[in-house]
Amino acid sequence: MRPELTQPITMDTFLRGIWRENPVFVALLGMCPVLAVTNTATNSLAMGVSTLFVLVCSNVLISMLRHFIPKQVRIATYIVIIATFVTMVDYILQAVSPVVYAALGAFIQLIVVNCIILGRAESYASKNPVLSTAVNAAGMGLGFALALLMLGSVRELFGMGSLFGVPVFGDSFQPWLVMILPPGGFFVLGAWLLLFAWWRERKARKAIVEDAVHAG
Amino acid sequence: MQGESLTFVFLNAAIINNFVLAMFLGICPFLGVSGKLKTASSMGAATTLVMLISSVSAFGLNVLLTSFEIEFLRLISYIAVIASAVQLVEMTMKKFSPGLFRALGIYLPLITTNCAVLGVALFQTAKEYDFLQAVAYSLGAGAGFTLALVLMAGLREKLELSSVPRIAQGAGLSLMLAGLLSLSFMGFAGLGG
Repeated sequence: MRPELTQPITMDTFLRGIWRENPVFVALLGMCPVLAVTNTATNSLAMGVSTLFVLVCSNVLISMLRHFIPKQVRIATYIVIIATFVTMVDYILQAVSPVVYAALGAFIQLIVVNCIILGRAESYASKNPVLSTAVNAAGMGLGFALALLMLGSVRELFGMGSLFGVPVFGDSFQPWLVMILPPGGFFVLGAWLLLFAWWRERKARKAIVEDAVHAG
Repeated sequence: MQGESLTFVFLNAAIINNFVLAMFLGICPFLGVSGKLKTASSMGAATTLVMLISSVSAFGLNVLLTSFEIEFLRLISYIAVIASAVQLVEMTMKKFSPGLFRALGIYLPLITTNCAVLGVALFQTAKEYDFLQAVAYSLGAGAGFTLALVLMAGLREKLELSSVPRIAQGAGLSLMLAGLLSLSFMGFAGLGG
């Protein structure tokens, strides 16, 4: 049996996935769906919620079974568990909204190979009790969904002049077609990353100045 | 789809709908291993090999699953096949080229979670390719993946020598570069028809 880490569940367990360890903007994990399906805000939301569901369910199950899974075959076991939940989501979405299902295509099935889920399973769910795993996974999933939405809304806003299918700019707006095409995904994500890097840099510089003031 | 010539299937997967730059599959290794030209090209070769093996096995599996009408097991069985193919390549490489094995490091087992590999298996099933078309498709996808990886590695080797602003160092700039590459690959779209 592996040693149990007894961390208390705090607000941080939940919140760090959303901001400080955001899977997309900080860890750069699960890039494929991030870039591929975020051409509209609706698609981003559907993808985010599906991933959130798979992430929470599979990690809770893995956490429950963590004492029974032999160490040597753990990765294969995780993958099979994840694939089971993805198949469920695949069929549910097909029944609930055929339009969104058609737009997302094979990317729902590709949630299986989203490194965020396997990464969480390996680094958190396999060592922590069920409840804190659920909280942590929910935070990570929300962080992922949020990042997708941030990307998807920008791309839809500039690429089609609408948000969730509702026109925003009026008729005279000339859409930037490139935004909803593949290169737009790279550009928008790159721009967000540059923005965050600039913000961190500014904060760090301010901290240095304040230190100097206090010292002087 | 019946009747697509093998050349078209190959070119379509390699250039027109490049797996990395047009379909966003396999972005993780694309950003992770594209630092050096040599590692990039060997990573491309290893991935192509895995793609070929898993594509051929996926074709056989699909026939089997369809004949028993248990298609809902498709995803689970595909991923199991891919994981074993990666294990096979890993063992072979460890035996015959230990240096390369160490250079690729953690990214070698991660081919399992490379969505490009699972993507090939899923798309060839969705497009109902026959056996030869499936082989051409997987080879094309591998060639396209290698091409994107090598191009990116070349660019990043040049980038090492130039001075960029502090905030742009790292992932942000790589993504902008990828965007430009992707933009230039859109020029091939006319070939598809």
